[in-house]
Amino acid sequence: MTPQTTTTPDQGEVARICDAFQSDPHRMLDILRDVQDRFRWISRETIRTVAEKTALSEIAVEGVASFYAFLSQEPKGAVTIRLCDDIVDRFAGLPEVTEAFENELGIKIGETSADGAYSLEYTPCIGMCDQAPAAMINDIVLTALTPDKVREICEDLKGGKRPQDLVSHRFDDLTPYERAIRMVDNNIRHAGAVLLGTTPADAGLKKALDLTPHQIIDSIEASGLRGCGGAGFTSGRKWRFAAETPAERRVIICNADEGEPGTFKDRVLLTERPHLLIEGMTIAARAVGATEGIVYLRGEYVYLRELLQDVLDDRRARGLLGERIMGMAGFDFDVRLQLGAGAYICGEEGALISSCEGLPGEPKTRPPFPVTRGYLDLPTVVNNVETFCHAARIIDRGAEWFFEMGKKGSHGTKLFSVSGDCLNPGIYELPYGLSIRKLLELAGGEDAAAVLVGGPSGTMIARDTFHRELTFDDLATGGAIVIFSSNRNILEIVEYYMSFFVHESCGYCTPCRVGNVFLQKAVAKFRQGLANPADIEYLKDLSSTIIETSRCGLGMTSPNPILSTLENFPLIYSAMVKPSENRIRATFDIQSAIADARHLAKRRSHIFDKDFGE
Amino acid sequence: MSDFTFTIDGTEITAKEGQTIMDAADDAGIYVPRLCDHEGLRHQGGCRVCTVKADGRSVSACTQPAAPGLTVENETPHINKLRRDLVEMLFHEGNHLCPICEASGNCELQAMAYRLDMTAPTKFPYLEPCRPVDASHPDIALDTNRCISCGRCIRASQDVDGKGVFGYVGRGIHRHVAANGEDLSHTDAEVTDFAISSEVCPVGCIIRKRIGFATPIGEREFDKGLIGHKISAKRDD
Ligand SMILES: Cc1cc2nc3c(=O)[nH]c(=O)nc-3n(C[C@H](O)[C@H](O)[C@H](O)COP(=O)(O)O)c2cc1C
Ligand code: SF4
Ligand code: SF4
Ligand code: SF4
Ligand code: FES
Ligand code: FES
Repeated sequence: MTPQTTTTPDQGEVARICDAFQSDPHRMLDILRDVQDRFRWISRETIRTVAEKTALSEIAVEGVASFYAFLSQEPKGAVTIRLCDDIVDRFAGLPEVTEAFENELGIKIGETSADGAYSLEYTPCIGMCDQAPAAMINDIVLTALTPDKVREICEDLKGGKRPQDLVSHRFDDLTPYERAIRMVDNNIRHAGAVLLGTTPADAGLKKALDLTPHQIIDSIEASGLRGCGGAGFTSGRKWRFAAETPAERRVIICNADEGEPGTFKDRVLLTERPHLLIEGMTIAARAVGATEGIVYLRGEYVYLRELLQDVLDDRRARGLLGERIMGMAGFDFDVRLQLGAGAYICGEEGALISSCEGLPGEPKTRPPFPVTRGYLDLPTVVNNVETFCHAARIIDRGAEWFFEMGKKGSHGTKLFSVSGDCLNPGIYELPYGLSIRKLLELAGGEDAAAVLVGGPSGTMIARDTFHRELTFDDLATGGAIVIFSSNRNILEIVEYYMSFFVHESCGYCTPCRVGNVFLQKAVAKFRQGLANPADIEYLKDLSSTIIETSRCGLGMTSPNPILSTLENFPLIYSAMVKPSENRIRATFDIQSAIADARHLAKRRSHIFDKDFGE
Repeated sequence: MSDFTFTIDGTEITAKEGQTIMDAADDAGIYVPRLCDHEGLRHQGGCRVCTVKADGRSVSACTQPAAPGLTVENETPHINKLRRDLVEMLFHEGNHLCPICEASGNCELQAMAYRLDMTAPTKFPYLEPCRPVDASHPDIALDTNRCISCGRCIRASQDVDGKGVFGYVGRGIHRHVAANGEDLSHTDAEVTDFAISSEVCPVGCIIRKRIGFATPIGEREFDKGLIGHKISAKRDD
């Protein structure tokens, strides 16, 4: 879609965009994404048109428009540049890159140029951590940025090049796959037996046709496969629950939201193994009796949209999707792509379903669980990209083959996304059970002082525990391994991750919405050297309230950066606290506290201004 | 499944199929503190003040289905501490100056603070929001600086009045209640709506113009008894 720079969106065009989605309110996110792409903002008038077309209230439309970071109620530049401001990028030179963009474009972060040509903003991890600093320029991804590269990019843009021309001057002639790998390196460092080695096309699906749905589920359960998205639920059991719930229609959803900072393994599977993924979803559909599928692709991975769309079209053309799959009567299943729009919480399965339904990405009340009542109240299986890929391979090679790999309770292989301070950042497919030390050796990260396993919602461990193992029972992870050398300031890392959770909390429940802001402020106090000994207890106490009362997994894990560093790096906190001398909190500054009153009263204080009356 | 029993703080109570822990407790005259839940409205499960332990797991009583044989802890020091933290968070998220607030004495947040013994200065920082007051409507004003995001006005307007005057916008700490469209004067809100009635907003955000302070302070709802006394009274009967 060609972005236009005029600031008053043509409402006829907005209505036509609604029509393209049959004005279906469940496609609200698609409608608003297209409006945003076309006009660069969602005006009050646009909200009114969309509300009228979809027969919703304006506030319902506005609720969606104001929830997602990639939708805007103010005009954005025709070219919107989003810099990943994760801590990994900061350590990899983000400040210099930002400065170069600001100088070249003449705008600061958060601003749009007066002529409406450019917007510059920060965004959390875009899944390019192995090639940081990275940025999105509209739908294009650029990685390994340097100030020199930035100057070139800005010159090209100002010279009239389209963002895609920055990737290649013959961008239009490239295949979607070529485009993707020109933008982003796969960085596959170690290919294992299950996913990144050879995977014969649709071998699992062919075998699934000869199995009963029961046998497929039995096989998945016997393989020991557990979800790869972080929570590690037994996949076979999930499928069984959905299959056993009486319903006319059932749904298979692939979670390709991959938002946990430091995770980028699904990006590589989506690029290199998209057929395997859809094969796995199709097998799941047969197992649970589903006819509809959705791939929920995070907005940051929009550069993979065409590639995936082509894969779906190709499979439809070859009879691998649609009606009578592989000629089998009654085996009907099709998949649509749902783009997200910048919201980490949409990786949580309930929020993801809300988002697919065209709602703000808020988690759903549990119970009911998605397997009994999910998308549009239908029984729904939500699995991670990697989980579906594994499932397809298990049906091809047999449950035992998979079960034999890894460790008791953690079977098969796992993709690890390794980034940060190491020589070989990238993807490692390894059997479960490897120690952190071994992984650091492989990645050339032996100098690590701290390793964050599982992203900010996981655990930060110190050198004395690098013997710990990557399994569900010891160090569980959806795949993120972020390495920090001894030059890094742990409190800076913790404060960044707390600001991430503040930014990404959906706001539905009190402890997560409000409590995380307090936690972030408290960590900032430590960094400024204004904390006193009681503040350590305060951090623990507040964290436990947030964990215990939050409504979903985000709040239940958001204090982890603090709690795991308090436990594993206690000295960095105790070194920063000072007992107060006069029982006044160090953060309290009487002069600034009375400044407003002074101003209003137009006089100074009898007590606190010693020179009063002189 | 027919009626079944479970216990709350050791007292055995009867529940009907489909009831939440809170529904069943209400029927039995056991009060579970709450702010976002209100009789006759859908459950939201957002404030978390109704947190209880059910078989050792923390859940929100307003959304968690009751189950046969469940052991629920409600009034324990630990749980009341969690609730006090949550109520303090709500105080610090907004601007609450009770002495000059029209809702004082009728306010459920204030009453909950009393019930939970929130008497000492609190440990949290103040977030001091600065949200514009919507006084565009001839009879109604909306001041969300005191809003606790309970969503009761939203559900009351949608489900009882059949309108949709309110909704949430924004996300995270910026999420807040707003009027449908530009402002309240552009909605079909009327002062006779259930959503606008004094019963719905637990704090003092929705203001009916010209009828403030009709009941003098000292004779208001929670001047007469602790919040929840009406429900516990059922058990005393
Ligand atoms: C805040 C939050 C974010 C999540 N993000 C993701 C994600 O990006 N990708 C993912 O697969 N699962 C994510 N999950 C886990 C999902 O809720 C869900 O458990 C998972 O998709 C199930 O698939 P699996 O069993 O195959 O892992 C997230 C959970 C939470 C609480
Ligand atoms: S825990 Fe956070 S993300 Fe989850 S529902 Fe509550 S506010 Fe939303
Ligand atoms: S709304 Fe309630 S708590 Fe807030 S100021 Fe008014 S009376 Fe006090
Ligand atoms: S305005 Fe009142 S009723 Fe509405 S959400 Fe806020 S506190 Fe609740
Ligand atoms: S892309 Fe920047 S840290 Fe992940
Ligand atoms: S009353 Fe249950 S969460 Fe608010």
